[in-house]
Amino acid sequence: MNFSNLFGIPSAPRRHRGQFSRRNRERFSLPHLSSSLRANRKSFLSPTLNSKEYIIALAGNPNTGKSTLFNALTGLRQHTGNWPGKTVVQYRGSCNLKGKKVTLVDLPGIYSLLTNTIEGEIARDFICFARPDAIVIVVDSTCLERNLNLVLQILEITPKVILCANLMDEAKKKNLHIKISELEKKLGIPVIPTAARSGKGLNKLKSAMDDLICGRITTQPYRLHYSAEIEKAISEMEIELAPIVTNGLSPRWVALQLLTGDSTFINGIEKYLAGKQIDGGDSE
Amino acid sequence: MTDKKCFRLSSLPLRKQGIVASIKAEGFLRGRLLDLGFVPGTVVEPIRRSPLGDPTAYRIRETVIALRSEEGDKILVTLNKKGAMMP
Repeated sequence: MNFSNLFGIPSAPRRHRGQFSRRNRERFSLPHLSSSLRANRKSFLSPTLNSKEYIIALAGNPNTGKSTLFNALTGLRQHTGNWPGKTVVQYRGSCNLKGKKVTLVDLPGIYSLLTNTIEGEIARDFICFARPDAIVIVVDSTCLERNLNLVLQILEITPKVILCANLMDEAKKKNLHIKISELEKKLGIPVIPTAARSGKGLNKLKSAMDDLICGRITTQPYRLHYSAEIEKAISEMEIELAPIVTNGLSPRWVALQLLTGDSTFINGIEKYLAGKQIDGGDSE
Repeated sequence: MTDKKCFRLSSLPLRKQGIVASIKAEGFLRGRLLDLGFVPGTVVEPIRRSPLGDPTAYRIRETVIALRSEEGDKILVTLNKKGAMMP
């Protein structure tokens, strides 16, 4: 029984049901997966896309409640579970933000943008190349420290970020007090405490998302400074890269990726830049 | 942590705390270990070993992470003398 089809809603496939149907099985085979990812990216970048539809991505470490938050915001019932690695493909659902239609994308959890697992690449490529209108980074308030690594990495790519300090109910149970305003000041982005399971803080999160995509708030993300040697290399490369790297990628960030020498990622950047040039590069 | 004796994380006995001194891995594995929180100065404690002795579960930064011995071999630790802070 698939109720979402009855109502004509594009269904977020669930792994626990219908996993033997051909369609779903195909989704999990790797070649198909990567091609559908490419198609997704295309569709997100296509200039024909209705510009009034906003795209917001949910990113974060594994097992921080992204899917729970996704369900709470969209009203869908995607499979959730208390174990890492549950979401391996991106799910999409729509949500209403003060009359605006917003597509929410639930990404697989990752520890870092430097990854070589398939779900990691899905999340990474989406964050880097699909250029969503905003990214909500969901972090586990009970162990903030290990979540902030990814936050800093994403802040290097885009300033359009909201931090959602989820699992506040769990943090409370552990007697952890999180200084939200201090965190906001340090990171330079809005931080919203939530407990997605009970729905606490969701309205605040929604209005922060709305404010960010409408440009009512601007962020000043914390910028990581590397050692003098690396900074020197970055600034030299930035000058060279500036004319080549367009389409919204930051030259500083591309320089950093080139310095890390992750070949899969560099290929991704190359493909992205090449693809845009073929398209005419006239969008936006 | 200057002149203290370093040894492999994989040889740290259960329930003995170590402090990460350095990571000998390169490239992807190095990045992965750093992402998981194995950053120099971090307290790490083996809490469980699987029956065949290979993957070992470590407590690090409020989380439990299992590493194979190949990975544990690449992390050098010093023994945490009692009283050291748990970061």
